[in-house]
Amino acid sequence: MANININKKQFEKEIGKLDEKMQNRIMLFGTPIENITSEEIQLEIFPDRPDMLSYHGFKRAFLGFLGKQTGLKRYNLKKPEKDYVVKIESSVKDVRPHTACAIVKGLKLDDNKIKEIIEVQEKLHTTIGRKRKKAAIGIYPLEKIKLPITYKALEPDKIKFMPLESSKKMSGLEILQRHPTGKEYAHLLAGKAKFPIFVDANKNILSMPPIINSQLTGKITEKTKDVFIECSGFDFEILKKCLNIIVTAFSDMGGKIFQMQLKGGKNEVTPDLKTEKMKISLENTNKLLGLNLNENRLKKLLEKMGYNYKNKTLEIPAWRTDILHEVDLIEDVAIAYGYENFVPEIPEISTIGKEDSKELIKKKISEILAGLGMIEVSNYHLTNKRDQFALMGVPEKEEKEFIEVEESKTDYTILRKDLTHYLLKNLSENIDSEYPQKIFETGKIFSLKKEVSESEHLAGAITPGNFTESKQILEYLFRMLDIKVTLKEAEEFPSHFIEGRVADIMLENKKIGEIGEIHPKILKNWKIKMPVALFEINLGDVFEKII
Amino acid sequence: MDIKKLIESLSPNERKILPYIEEKKIDNICRKSNLDKVSVIRALEYLQNKKILNISSKKKKIVEIGVNGALYKKRGLPERRLLNLLSEKRILKLQEAQKQSKLSNDEFKASIGSLKKKAMIEIKNGKIILNTGKGEISKKMFEELFIDNLPLEYDLLSPEQSHALASLQNRKDIIQIKDEKTVEIGVTDLGRKIIKSDIKTKEMIERITPEMLKKETLWKGKKFRRYDVSSGVPAIHGGKRHFVNQAIDYGRKIWTDMGFTEMTGNMIDSSFWVFDALFTAQDHPGREMQDTFFINKKSELPDKKLVKSVKDAHEGKIKGSKGWQYNWDEKEAQRGVIRSHTTNLSAKTLTNLKKENLPAKFFAIGKVLRNETLDWSHGFEFNQTEGIVIDKDANFRHLLGYLKQFFKKMGFEKIRFTPAYFPYTEPSVEVVVFHPEKKVWLEIGAAGIFRPEVVIPLLGEYIPVLAWGPGFDRAIMDYYKIKDLRELYKNDITQLRKMKFWIK
Repeated sequence: MANININKKQFEKEIGKLDEKMQNRIMLFGTPIENITSEEIQLEIFPDRPDMLSYHGFKRAFLGFLGKQTGLKRYNLKKPEKDYVVKIESSVKDVRPHTACAIVKGLKLDDNKIKEIIEVQEKLHTTIGRKRKKAAIGIYPLEKIKLPITYKALEPDKIKFMPLESSKKMSGLEILQRHPTGKEYAHLLAGKAKFPIFVDANKNILSMPPIINSQLTGKITEKTKDVFIECSGFDFEILKKCLNIIVTAFSDMGGKIFQMQLKGGKNEVTPDLKTEKMKISLENTNKLLGLNLNENRLKKLLEKMGYNYKNKTLEIPAWRTDILHEVDLIEDVAIAYGYENFVPEIPEISTIGKEDSKELIKKKISEILAGLGMIEVSNYHLTNKRDQFALMGVPEKEEKEFIEVEESKTDYTILRKDLTHYLLKNLSENIDSEYPQKIFETGKIFSLKKEVSESEHLAGAITPGNFTESKQILEYLFRMLDIKVTLKEAEEFPSHFIEGRVADIMLENKKIGEIGEIHPKILKNWKIKMPVALFEINLGDVFEKII
Repeated sequence: MDIKKLIESLSPNERKILPYIEEKKIDNICRKSNLDKVSVIRALEYLQNKKILNISSKKKKIVEIGVNGALYKKRGLPERRLLNLLSEKRILKLQEAQKQSKLSNDEFKASIGSLKKKAMIEIKNGKIILNTGKGEISKKMFEELFIDNLPLEYDLLSPEQSHALASLQNRKDIIQIKDEKTVEIGVTDLGRKIIKSDIKTKEMIERITPEMLKKETLWKGKKFRRYDVSSGVPAIHGGKRHFVNQAIDYGRKIWTDMGFTEMTGNMIDSSFWVFDALFTAQDHPGREMQDTFFINKKSELPDKKLVKSVKDAHEGKIKGSKGWQYNWDEKEAQRGVIRSHTTNLSAKTLTNLKKENLPAKFFAIGKVLRNETLDWSHGFEFNQTEGIVIDKDANFRHLLGYLKQFFKKMGFEKIRFTPAYFPYTEPSVEVVVFHPEKKVWLEIGAAGIFRPEVVIPLLGEYIPVLAWGPGFDRAIMDYYKIKDLRELYKNDITQLRKMKFWIK
């Protein structure tokens, strides 16, 4: 999720008063207000609109939505001057093959604008740049650079320059090993034979993308008037979009955009800000939205969203990355029309509702057991090895057939293999509640043999309780379900039961569960001071019998 | 209540103690009524409820005799015993005196101190010399008088008694001071009237017993004692369905009432169904391990034709769509995952749908898991309610209609819709409801119309599919006024017993 911070004064001066009505408009534009302070307003920008990740990008789109500046905004592009060239050597092909570059001149920067530039760069990195993996952006003060520029790749130990936030020269490898930013993004270059660099005509290294810029060219400051911008990555189309987003924002800040000639690799001139054409059908729009617009109205609505519309064809701005299909345009029509203006309607379609039979049986089981005074509990599907195994008396070497989740942020690291251990955990956490306690749960349990398996179980526990009492409950339940089960002395059973007081629950010669008294050694593990009797059943065969 | 009714409401024990309530002290009432203290106190409380008397309790500090004090009361204070010895011998060596008096070290020292203070003895050259005449010796010392009179009320001690208290207080366990609650009974005007009236006239029926019911004469013409129907009784509790499941049952009812058929399915699925079939690009941030629980096990993919058309959708080979423009990787789609939404169920339902069964409506309410931390506002398990409507004439306004209806039934009267973004719907909607108590708008649900890139591979053609998947837990927390998300699955039995039913 990406947010942008907008200076409130600037907003009010350039867009309008931030009253309740305006806040409502902002929300209905699809940029929820996350926070408002006396100085700033923070908006959430959805991932499909990276073009609004800068204040100027947002302003351009929002003024259209408000009807203040509609239609496609055109930008003046200046042709490359002499030496506005980036030579792309073939050595970058295997590491970071593409770049798209531009020059912007005549900027009058202040604190606010510099902040905006840094923010849009960072936000593009995290969103469409996929944390610099897919695209990384570099912005350099042009006065420190001698054009033309070369984009090439060198062996890491042959790269030597002083990176930002450092006071000495480092090699490419050293940067990845020691520099804080280098360490953070090391995985993007790790294992590559060569690292990519931008070098100017004086052979000075400007940067090692996507990691860090050099101290020599440094950062842009209030004194910076002209900048060189490069986007590097793997997908040339994405890089061009990224560049378009940045240069149009710079242009809105007062800069003049100059193209650059890319030589080698893609022999293109960037940026080109070329619009894309797509057809939109009035009929499809009205049908999908449930509206009755005429063509003129459609045209007006599309113009509010920054498009040009002519002869059923749209011109899509070069900074939009999210238009994959006609439906994306139709959504923009809906936004321009105003979500608040749609009249909700339930159509008269006759369909017959139906609950899932298994869910229904689970509900019935719950009603039957609740009728006996039992309370239903509901536990997490995730658990941990200590609760699932150690406290249940399963030695570490016998822990098996469990499913572990990868990189859990909590202590819950495996999927539960039974409900029994959770019921004991519940009783353990309720030793101060009034006794007797009778609880049960229905839900999924998981195990991994050859394949992952997932089954619905039922478990019930009573305390203080003994075998007879739990058997009474079990028998009542199955009488009410009109299913015949029998109990058979268990030969093999989990070690949490007491031998001689545990039985297999049989449904037509098939074992579907176990019932018995819990061994004091397990109760001790859980610090339970009352006798517990418990059963757990796989409901699979019960479902089959009933349905 | 008039006096007659009031008298009819008196229980046997209340009747028994009534004549004695002017006694003021509970012990006296117990003795005279022949009832134990607990019964008397309970009866008094009932009488108080009936405004017949007032019970006022006071806290008093009482000076009582201690363990050693009781012993000394029998055997005499150490200084008395020493004095008795001296009255015979007049002069004794200190050691000799201790030996003969059989006093302990402490007792002996205290005795010497006490007698010296009273100027009854003198110590010279290691000898005790008696200084007093027989007359004086035979008189009781003020400490002895004090002990004899115990227990005494601390606040009412005379100066002399206070002096004795000060002198004895430092010595071990002779006296002790206790806080005592004393209860006093004040009879009201009403009470006095009742005492005067005839309360024994008729026999009242207490408990109705089966024996009584066998013989008409045992009850015919008799009065039943009136109960104080407003008095409290001990709480009991019953078995019940977990409150989250009660709410889910209700959600299920809303959907089935609206003609939706329930979908269920596994929680562990392949990335194919959870992400790829829903046109979620393989490098989408939601597919990273910090957001979603993956398991180290590959899942089978469905039939090749379906896999191919999903691949085509991602790669931009579906007519009218640019797709995500990358090379879709089958291996990534095989990664096992715990479903992070129930929309995988919708995707599967679409593939199994026959055209002749349209229009069709389906719903699911189920648990989904996300790799989150656990605190009051975060959890890794949620309930999601999923719905799809497959209808060639379905449109955006219908989507809003279904959502409005559902949330109204969930208790949210004021609702609005704002634009949103999800990879698999277009247009997309965020459902925002007004929280009547907090007086704020809250985002509560995601919805939209499935993109053609989702529908075409699964259904074979583009038919609008209205879809939504709002979280369900927020409404549950609101209904039960729960502030901490963890309380939903805390399973505190005391709390579960108290929890009201979901009545909707």
